[in-house]
Amino acid sequence: MSSGTSAMALSQSGRLNVAELRQEIDRLMERGEATRASHLLSELWTKDNTVSTATFIVSRYEQLRPKLNLLPYRMAILRSFTVEPIVPLLRAGSFHAGIDLTVHMSDFNAHVQEILDPKSSLYGFAPDVVFLAVQTRDVAPELWRDYADLNSEQVQSAATRVVGDFRSWVSNFRARSKAHLIIHNLEQPSVPSCGILDGQVANGQAVAIQQINRRLQALAAERTGVYILDYDSLVARHGRAHWHDERKWLTVRLPMAAENLNHVAKEWLKFLHPLTGKVAKTVVVDLDNTLWGGVIGEDGMAGIELGTEYPGVYFHNLQRALLDLHQRGILLAICSKNNLDDALEALKNHAGMLLKPSHFAAMRINWTDKAENLRAIAEELNIGVESLAFLDDDPTECQQVRSQVPEVFVIDLPSDPRGFAQAVRESPVFERLVLSEEDQRRGAIYQAHRDRQELAQTVASRDDFYRSLQQEAEIAPLTKASLTRIAQLTSKTNQFNLTSRRYTEQQISEMVSSPGCDCFSIRVRDRFGDNGLVGVAITRFEGQRCEIDTLVLSCRVIGRTVETAFLSFIADHARKLGARRLRGWFLPTTKNAPARDFYASHSFTPLEQNGKGILWELNLSQVPVSCPEWVKVTVRNGDR
Amino acid sequence: MTSPLFERVRGIAENVLKLPGSQITAQSSPETIASWDSVQHLNLILALEQEFGCQFEPEEIDQMNSIDRIHSVVQNKLNHGS
Repeated sequence: MSSGTSAMALSQSGRLNVAELRQEIDRLMERGEATRASHLLSELWTKDNTVSTATFIVSRYEQLRPKLNLLPYRMAILRSFTVEPIVPLLRAGSFHAGIDLTVHMSDFNAHVQEILDPKSSLYGFAPDVVFLAVQTRDVAPELWRDYADLNSEQVQSAATRVVGDFRSWVSNFRARSKAHLIIHNLEQPSVPSCGILDGQVANGQAVAIQQINRRLQALAAERTGVYILDYDSLVARHGRAHWHDERKWLTVRLPMAAENLNHVAKEWLKFLHPLTGKVAKTVVVDLDNTLWGGVIGEDGMAGIELGTEYPGVYFHNLQRALLDLHQRGILLAICSKNNLDDALEALKNHAGMLLKPSHFAAMRINWTDKAENLRAIAEELNIGVESLAFLDDDPTECQQVRSQVPEVFVIDLPSDPRGFAQAVRESPVFERLVLSEEDQRRGAIYQAHRDRQELAQTVASRDDFYRSLQQEAEIAPLTKASLTRIAQLTSKTNQFNLTSRRYTEQQISEMVSSPGCDCFSIRVRDRFGDNGLVGVAITRFEGQRCEIDTLVLSCRVIGRTVETAFLSFIADHARKLGARRLRGWFLPTTKNAPARDFYASHSFTPLEQNGKGILWELNLSQVPVSCPEWVKVTVRNGDR
Repeated sequence: MTSPLFERVRGIAENVLKLPGSQITAQSSPETIASWDSVQHLNLILALEQEFGCQFEPEEIDQMNSIDRIHSVVQNKLNHGS
């Protein structure tokens, strides 16, 4: 089918209702059109988030599964309440995100046994992530129900017991499993036992539960791969008074009303997105009627709606939400059909603009179609189109992008701009579980990148360019502080990655504690700024051989000879520890062509080839790897 | 018998119980449909609550043990509901 026909069919489907969509999906599946069927399943899910539709979607995806490129992921739920009806909602949402989720549920209220017994079905299931979904009324019944009976000492000791229970569950779990662990924190009752008095006393019911939650957060922060789901806030956000359905709790141990099931599923999905890497690194935004109200080319500077008063405040709020993303390392870019001068005038000089031109890592303001512009932006920023999110008020543009570049995550905006900011804030593709220093500085790093490219065009030779950069590299062994970023680099870097082995923080800590294995990071500064921690090498000694298990460099610094400086350090390190030969695999993927010639260009010779890649070797006693004169290298000692 | 309301109920049962609509009749019940176990029964009740924006009482849920009876409970609920 040509892309033109498919775009037409898609826009037609926009007029189908839920029942018609289901029929159309089944027709497409009978004809074997898996991709089209999956597009319509996504559309159906966006339209209707009910248990009934979720069950339909899951059953259809289970048939389509072999024909789609879905990421398998395993999730276990340890629970003290009925979660069964939430599972189809969660799995439908996961399929929509490209994740084929297998779910294991512990027996009802058996979370303690499941954690403590090394032979339990939990560990047998080998989960990637485990959710510990227990409730205040189950783990702290005295604080939930009998609070009025307790004196302040008893309240304290109850809180201490509860935190102690969680601590022992977490330690036991960690001793037996490397899976991520997400802990639901404890909700407050909607009406405190002592009424308004609860707000007046130091040791009130609400305060006691908040204190437990603070201590749970500290407990999670001490550990790797343990995170808190703020269940108390989730309940509050949707209204404590409307959250529960006491009848369902008493009859089938389901605490929440039918209308709230999907809120739990969505909250779980917000964790699955960053855990599976289904996240956007860049959000590409439209201008007219998205960043401001009105059309700049027609309404002019004075006519567009943007500011701190109604109705311009809705656009101001959206800009604030985008600025929040920028502050946690998500890049912003513009794709708008406009005259460049009109748009730039507003971007630079409109008093209501919270976002400035320097906040945007790339801009495509022209009359070309948006699908093409999105591909160009991805190329300019050196990321894949699957790392882009697209924000546009115009449903036709959204539909065009969905059909032409289906990898791009299109954010559904409501028709009323009042809801724009929230649509961005609630989108799971912007969720992150950790924030590294690099994430926070990423916007500035890309600005320096643009300055560097300008410099490259002004100097005469390539070597002059390298010299003029004044690069300084700092190489250090793994530290506790660098672990998060190191794991992030191994799991996210696609281009300059010789073996593409993905490691979690947990796995890296373990590897490094085994003898003969070392992990180094490299940090690069130049005259335009600090690029941050941009590379990782993991090496392993076996007798007189040293093997490079992993060598990864962020695309920010590729092509500036930093890779040679890093390899030179690795060769010295290997030589010092008595190795005669340095080896490394190059395992090709669809994305790591930039690393293909790395070993060959540094005089390694091919030693072995199998279906997966080529093993290269360098004789350390014969061939030196010299560090480029224009990179100043310092080596730090670690804190281990 | 095939009122629009009945068809809506049947459509939901069709999805939740993962059966073609033609296999679901007014007399269908947990006894006649193998996939209609207690978990699917709960899912069915929740799907109906979402569809019709109501919450069933435990007594009503007890009565909802065939498509026909579900239809009449829902009908009652809609007629006497808020």
